[in-house]
Amino acid sequence: MPKRTDINTILVIGSGPIVIGQAAEFDYAGTQACLSLKEEGYRVILINSNPATIMTDTEIADKVYIEPISLEFVSRILRKERPDALLPTLGGQTGLNMAIELHESGILDELGIEILGTKLDAIHKAEDRDLFRNLMYELGAPVPESDIIHNLDEAKRFVEKIGYPVIVRPAFTLGGTGGGICNNDQELEEIVTSGLKYSPVTQCLLEKSIAGFKEIEYEVMRDAADNAIVVCSMENFDPVGIHTGDSIVVAPAQTLSDREYQMLRNISLDIIRALKIEGGCNVQLALDPNSFQYYVIEVNPRVSRSSALASKATGYPIAKLAAKIAVGLTLDEIKNPVTGSTYACFEPAIDYIVAKIPRWPFDKFESAKRNLGTQMKATGEVMALGRTFEEALLKAVRSLETGHVHIEMKNANELTDAWIEKRIRKAGDERLFFIGEALRRGVTIEQIHDWSAIDLWFLKKLEKIVAMESTLTANKNDKDVLRTAKRLGFADKKIAELWETTQEAVYTFRKEQGIIPVYKMVDTCAAEFESQTPYFYGTYEEENESVRSDKQSVVVLGSGPIRIGQGVEFDYATVHSVWAIQEAGYEAIIINSNPETVSTDFSISDKLYFEPLTIEDVMHIIDLEQPIGVVVQFGGQTAINLADKLEANGVKILGTTLEDIDRAENRDKFEQALRELAIPQPPGDTATSAEGAMAIAEKLGFPVLVRPSYVLGGRAMEIVYNMEELAHYMEHAVEASPDHPVLVDRYLTGQEIEVDAICDGENVLIPGIMEHIERAGVHSGDSISVYPPQKLTDAQKETLVDYTTRLAKGLGIVGLMNIQYVLSDGEIYVIEVNPRSSRTVPFLSKITNIPMANIATKAILGQTIPAQGYPTGLADEQPGVFVKVPVFSFAKLRRVDITLGPEMKSTGEVMGKDATLEKALYKGLVAAGTEIKTYGTVLFTVSDKDKEEAIAIAKRFSTVGYRIMATEGTARSFEAAGVQTDVVEKIGAKGKTLIDVIQNGEAQLVVNTLTKGKQPARDGFRIRRESVENGVPCLTSLDTAEAMLRVIESMTFTAEEMPKAEVQHS
Amino acid sequence: MKKRLLILEDGTVFNGIAFGSDKASQGEVVFTTGMTGYQETLSDPSFYGQIVTLTYPLIGNYGINRDDFEGITPAIRGFVVRELEEHPSNFRCDMTLNDYLKSQDIPGIEGIDTRKLTRIIRSKGAVRAILTAANEEVNVEDIVAQLQATPLITHHVREVSPKAAYPSPGRGKRVVVIDFGMKHGILRELNKRDCDVLVVPYNTSAEQILAWHPDGIMLSNGPGNPADVTEGIETIKNLIGQVPIFGICLGHQLFALASGATSFKLPFGHRGANHPVKDLRTGRTELTSQNHGYAIDPESLANTDLEITHIALNDGTVEGVRHKTYPIFTVQYHPEASPGPEDSNHLFDEFIDMMEAEKEKKYA
Repeated sequence: MPKRTDINTILVIGSGPIVIGQAAEFDYAGTQACLSLKEEGYRVILINSNPATIMTDTEIADKVYIEPISLEFVSRILRKERPDALLPTLGGQTGLNMAIELHESGILDELGIEILGTKLDAIHKAEDRDLFRNLMYELGAPVPESDIIHNLDEAKRFVEKIGYPVIVRPAFTLGGTGGGICNNDQELEEIVTSGLKYSPVTQCLLEKSIAGFKEIEYEVMRDAADNAIVVCSMENFDPVGIHTGDSIVVAPAQTLSDREYQMLRNISLDIIRALKIEGGCNVQLALDPNSFQYYVIEVNPRVSRSSALASKATGYPIAKLAAKIAVGLTLDEIKNPVTGSTYACFEPAIDYIVAKIPRWPFDKFESAKRNLGTQMKATGEVMALGRTFEEALLKAVRSLETGHVHIEMKNANELTDAWIEKRIRKAGDERLFFIGEALRRGVTIEQIHDWSAIDLWFLKKLEKIVAMESTLTANKNDKDVLRTAKRLGFADKKIAELWETTQEAVYTFRKEQGIIPVYKMVDTCAAEFESQTPYFYGTYEEENESVRSDKQSVVVLGSGPIRIGQGVEFDYATVHSVWAIQEAGYEAIIINSNPETVSTDFSISDKLYFEPLTIEDVMHIIDLEQPIGVVVQFGGQTAINLADKLEANGVKILGTTLEDIDRAENRDKFEQALRELAIPQPPGDTATSAEGAMAIAEKLGFPVLVRPSYVLGGRAMEIVYNMEELAHYMEHAVEASPDHPVLVDRYLTGQEIEVDAICDGENVLIPGIMEHIERAGVHSGDSISVYPPQKLTDAQKETLVDYTTRLAKGLGIVGLMNIQYVLSDGEIYVIEVNPRSSRTVPFLSKITNIPMANIATKAILGQTIPAQGYPTGLADEQPGVFVKVPVFSFAKLRRVDITLGPEMKSTGEVMGKDATLEKALYKGLVAAGTEIKTYGTVLFTVSDKDKEEAIAIAKRFSTVGYRIMATEGTARSFEAAGVQTDVVEKIGAKGKTLIDVIQNGEAQLVVNTLTKGKQPARDGFRIRRESVENGVPCLTSLDTAEAMLRVIESMTFTAEEMPKAEVQHS
Repeated sequence: MKKRLLILEDGTVFNGIAFGSDKASQGEVVFTTGMTGYQETLSDPSFYGQIVTLTYPLIGNYGINRDDFEGITPAIRGFVVRELEEHPSNFRCDMTLNDYLKSQDIPGIEGIDTRKLTRIIRSKGAVRAILTAANEEVNVEDIVAQLQATPLITHHVREVSPKAAYPSPGRGKRVVVIDFGMKHGILRELNKRDCDVLVVPYNTSAEQILAWHPDGIMLSNGPGNPADVTEGIETIKNLIGQVPIFGICLGHQLFALASGATSFKLPFGHRGANHPVKDLRTGRTELTSQNHGYAIDPESLANTDLEITHIALNDGTVEGVRHKTYPIFTVQYHPEASPGPEDSNHLFDEFIDMMEAEKEKKYA
């Protein structure tokens, strides 16, 4: 069927900020979809609140709105733009929920806007548990015994009937928020209560647990002519019971015979046909390992994380085709973009194995519960391809960048057998490594299967890996064994350890023996048809298919998995760098390991190598491609960390030299540079031991800021107020040594300022200056950033420009740099310089229309900034105010303290833009998911040092009509200052405590600055967690509270009585 | 670990590891892209005389079970895989793939770059090859010369067709299946529909078949070049117009030849479980299971009473025809699936309906 000509303009809804459960995969999907619709000649209007995405680049759609995805703002855009249709299936759950809300508000009918892709009733049928079950009954598809419940009593009645364990799945939530498995009454009460709260329709599905079944997924597509296909099957390493986003997943399914495969394929196609989806859909199934009994677990009527994975795993671009299907094209008339010769109506055949491993944030959140269940906790994922399962898995392990190069963990010999058993029985993020250790200790795979229900097929493969370790140890320098080990995916580093030699020696020996990887093409058809896709993976086989071209090439290193501190912003810069390299006339080659991103879309670069970002894997590609150099400054710390090893291997680092990178990152060298440039920084020093750190602190005076050098996202960074805290930090948080020095700085309170700049070696362009709402001490990634600065004087701006220019030139920056400053007592100090792309690059690029990564890349390749047509110095300020508001995923991470501090905790960001700061902040906060109420109750519990400041804020809240509640101490000081305050009891007291207030929803806002939350037992921690779990915004910085107050003030009118004439008694 | 060589007629040598039988074996190397269903594949009689390469690299994961065979004994000459799984995991598994192939005296080779082999077949077409033990006596030049001198086999069907007729009784429509190398799946589908089936050898005459008063005739799949099966073509010629006919794969080709069309050899065949076929009448595309090295020349159909009903979406080759006058339709692909997608399973229902309609017409 030809595409529809009765529609012209299509509005695409993006997925908003990156949160756990909804990450960069929707930037990939959205970007593909918008380009795909434009390719067909439609006018595309995009709305997304996330500025860090490629999809919000103005080239991607005809009109881009970076506005909150809320009924209010989307309606406004609909009225203004009057699109003919709306495509909601590419923006994750956010997009779908928005479409439903828009429909229910009546605006779609009013304006005559059609919903494309999946019709509303299909969304309802897939998402509403009751309707879904009815549909499954109609199709004769088995679903586990279950009941829809709306309150705790109904839940208890269901359990009385079928018994424990049961799974709780809240309706219409993302990544299983609020759900979980309950084994007893207490867990039932806890999880059901929270689940009901998170469900926008106060509805949960209680379901008989089928934990232990195989979990199988099918990615299916269907068009309006009812052609339906399976793009990819996937099998979870972890059996049912763990959210698929938190499971290790392999593609294709490995342990199914054709009969089982076809049985599940048939039902998946029946479902997509019954739902009449025009586009992509994900079907999750549970299969009994001992019979043909299966259950349908869940259906996602949209593109998803799994569809992004399936696209990268097979090469089949699901989102791109889903968009074309949505406008009426059918699969049998769309060419398969991979082969260019066959059609999209087929099922990819793959001839390799794909392994995906989630990337969890537990390295940052030590206190978080590491158990995995039905609620997703991972922030990102890595994927690897190989010709053996072992190879794919081990490549994925070393792609994680968690310090693992193999299925083993540090200090494993200290673990007790009982602990290992416990950690294998109860799934957690490190289960794979615990299994490795168990096998090393001789535990049988049958035993591990009993503990974990993981299929013996997978366990046998792990056993093979562990057996190879012994073989290697027993056969040092044996080239045949080496070849076999490489086929199993062993890293040189691991082999070197077993051979008691160096990684370099193994690498050299391998090259001498001709044991080097070849690169195979990902072609969707297992080589059946000739394909042109420049998408490759490395493996140890005979025939290499990746041919070096005659053109000069540049390699760009990507940023690996999305994690806290290294988000989609770095992928944004990577993609722009690739485009700039192509514009400059070179071939752009990208290496990355993240399946969610735009950069790993094979149509972005001239060549994509889907490989781990380790020195071994990167060097193999460089050996083959012989590029003129490697660009490392866009891939975050991942790429920067490889720079010295690359240079040691004779590879040219393009842009800022390794020496200069080191000068910015090495504390001593940096200090010296600053001294030479006469730019002030907070006093501080480098310590290589605990004693050293204490001596420095003694000299500087408390508070001090401590952190390890070479870190990203402020990991393990802390402000400590006394010797005791410092001693604790040095003992527990870091291991100080001459190789891993710790930086100790005087902590300066004041206004934090952030500047990004581009330098070509001589000229410096500063696109903009940003100031932070939160004072120094809160990580820049967790602060609200404001552009242009609202508080700085012209003289201060001049100083910033002067310092930035001198730093850029003085540090020999060629490319991008990011500087954090603090303005304290009228003096500007440099806190930190990052000789690379930063988190704010997309935000600033979009605001100022200065394509920073592009200009920087061209500068790296030798074009000066003026030659590119850009001015130098500080660019003219743009009209309006722009704010970048961080977004957190605390609801998904139990036991994590939400207090803002020097260590970054946010997972994503949104932008708010308007004429005034208040309006921009309002949009930013709304887009970040904060509900701003013009009246209500604010609950204060603040520490003594903050009381003074809190009084002023409480007073203003009271003035706009908010009721003030506080614990006794705070209330007393408020009352003394004339703020009427209701007292609530502390935790543990009789009567109504503040926990009751939070749980009963009596407070709309909590302001808490009580204690540092390193010990979860403390009251402050409980208050903050209760707020999160009950969905009440909890502000831990008075600056954020003040900003929110300003917004409320701007929205409301004061309620103040007339001043009484003071009666003079003289 | 015994070493084994796979030597192609173009002189390419693959060094791998032996499994299955120890004997040497010669045949035409083909590849199939199905990711599941190796048991069905290796027992499919249509692979007679061929050394089958699986493009999916991990084979044997779920072992061999008693249920999923498509023939009583495998007709393949050898099995080529990237990695043989010796530790299968599946509740139906009875034995490993290796043990099964040993029991059937079929040699296999693992540990070779099967993608490289596939790419050679893709560019050169199906090639003759030999599987032999790797030892010092192996002289590649001699073997290549021997391979190039080997004439093509022309008696495939005779080898895999039964020697005598046998019944598979039911209470429904009487169907005579002419077995040119039938997959069990065809019988399974007919039995599922309660047909009263009689399976007959490929060289049974039309007269004899009609003497059983069938409601319909099924022309089965089978191996090799359709032009070699002259007796079958003769029989079909005499059946056209007498009784409803449904043909699959080789059966489809033979019907077309019997109707005056011609066939040709495809460059490297269609083998796999993901081949899209477009039904020209409904416009719908179905994913099909395929296994054929020959196809019907569409131009040659111009002078026949047949019309094209199905085409392969990717290369436009003929995938299905029907007779313009008589109740006869045939398809190049496998609606019985096993292995592969079951999208076209409804064709068996259409066959039943066609027989029913014909009966009604007769007794109206």
